Amino acid sequence: MAGGTASGGTQGDTYKEARTWLLMPAWVTLVVLVLLPVSLMLVYSFLTKEFRGGVIWEFSFAAYDQFFCDRGLFGDEPCTIEWTYITIFWRSIWQAGLATILSLLIGFPTAYFIATRPANVRPLWVFLITIPYWVNLLIRTVSMRFMLREEGPINNTLMWSGLIDSPLQMINTNFAVQIGLFYSYLPFMVLPIYAAVERYNFSLSEAASDLYASKWTTLRRIILPSVKPGVIAGCILVFVPSLGAFLAPDLLGGAKNFMIGSLIEEQFKGNAGNWPFGAAASMILLTLVLLILLFYARQQARANRGSG
Amino acid sequence: MAARKFDVKAYPGFAQITVLCLLILYVPLMVVMIYSFNASASIVVWEGFSLRWYKDVFVGPESAKFKVAARNSFVIAIIAATVSTTIATFAATAMIRGGRFRLRLVSLGLISLPLMVPEIVTAVATLIFFNSIGFERGLLTILLAHIAFCIPFAYLPIAARMQGIEDTYEQAAMDLYATKRQAFTKILLPLMMPGIISGFLLAFIISLDDFIITNFVKGAGVETLPTAIFGAVKQGIKPNIMAISTMLLAFSIVMVTISYFVSKSGDKK
Repeated sequence: MAGGTASGGTQGDTYKEARTWLLMPAWVTLVVLVLLPVSLMLVYSFLTKEFRGGVIWEFSFAAYDQFFCDRGLFGDEPCTIEWTYITIFWRSIWQAGLATILSLLIGFPTAYFIATRPANVRPLWVFLITIPYWVNLLIRTVSMRFMLREEGPINNTLMWSGLIDSPLQMINTNFAVQIGLFYSYLPFMVLPIYAAVERYNFSLSEAASDLYASKWTTLRRIILPSVKPGVIAGCILVFVPSLGAFLAPDLLGGAKNFMIGSLIEEQFKGNAGNWPFGAAASMILLTLVLLILLFYARQQARANRGSG
Repeated sequence: MAARKFDVKAYPGFAQITVLCLLILYVPLMVVMIYSFNASASIVVWEGFSLRWYKDVFVGPESAKFKVAARNSFVIAIIAATVSTTIATFAATAMIRGGRFRLRLVSLGLISLPLMVPEIVTAVATLIFFNSIGFERGLLTILLAHIAFCIPFAYLPIAARMQGIEDTYEQAAMDLYATKRQAFTKILLPLMMPGIISGFLLAFIISLDDFIITNFVKGAGVETLPTAIFGAVKQGIKPNIMAISTMLLAFSIVMVTISYFVSKSGDKK
């Protein structure tokens, strides 16, 4: 997994005749258990809700209407923009965005530092960064809750050092959610940037320094543009899962700091019990994510054309 | 490289930030580990080293619940990892050794679909699907969802490994009158083993750790370790949860370390 070096071998067609049969299990499993359910979710978002969960098979635009339209207390006024859910979506984008910036600030120097170590120790560094990712996300989020709480180690350390007199309220704030998301997906930022810096040709830096460019100018004007695809990949790998995160906002943000994930969960597992509305919110999240991935694919295609 | 006045590669502060990054990643886990050995019943004060909470996990009042949850988790993870690794091995063979074909890109997209769709969306969609076909939610629904979700995690190391093996070995075998099946089972599969084991272990951890999808597709009263931990944490973090978390954490780290060294051992040619 680490390193990401491309293939050196030839890719033949030894099993050409068997490929349909070899691919069949994967196709069947993924079509039946992922593609079909997602399509069905789209259908559900246009159905009528039944009380206590479930749906009535009757076409309805009510879920999307509820999402975007405010029709007054009795539901009979003309549509004005409903801000409640748009605010939740906007908060999710904002929180995920801040977490992404934070992990870029820590992740880029880390990735760069690791990629400039001697080749034989690099895999070990990468391994050290990846280990926490494989530790259960729930446990990591709980450990962050433990760190941030009022009598937690962070507050204790700050009080002991005399920096603050009374404990800071960190848990159940937007800040805690950002830290939680940052902590959950930080390894995702480091890995693609590391792969990009490892491929970067350092003679370009030397050429820049020969032409009297300062270190930081070289970083900004030469290195950053060269490793941009890796940086974009890292940002997407942090931003996308942060957007739909459920655990960090639920365990660190409390009731006030709802994100899309919590909104969706509430419709299916919580008290709201409005399946079409939950399906519609999921569809809107999915559309957002697919748009981001499409943007990424176009960027990659452009970068490949540029280097090829 | 020629000797220079200064190192163009190094930037001041980057080493310190790297240390900071590792501290951020590891300190919270270590703190949980340390506090799981706390003798106190409160998570606030430290009263000395004790294995009390580990004992509590195994014989305490909630031990029966955790044992069932742990057994469910491990049974599901073993089956899901086995099935998804098998599916992924076949798919990788077709993708890497199947030549060019029209549906190649579509197949690749399909295989990486669980990675692209946000987990909560997959969870909701799977719940809706099982519900609409009247499939009663329980361990089987968790297992099916996990198999689908684990495929890309098993596929990636397996495909990466196969790309590194030239197909001349199989060609040579077939020149010596081996059938395709023999070339596959006697030549390709043994060479692939490090990738397959690595893929299996990653799929295993992904299944063992999954909370979101499990939470949506599980039946009432059916728990896995993560859902049991989540339920307990909702009532406040207690020391026995820290002991369970530490055990699960240590287990994941051991598995990933094995996976790392297995896939590395095969790299030396």
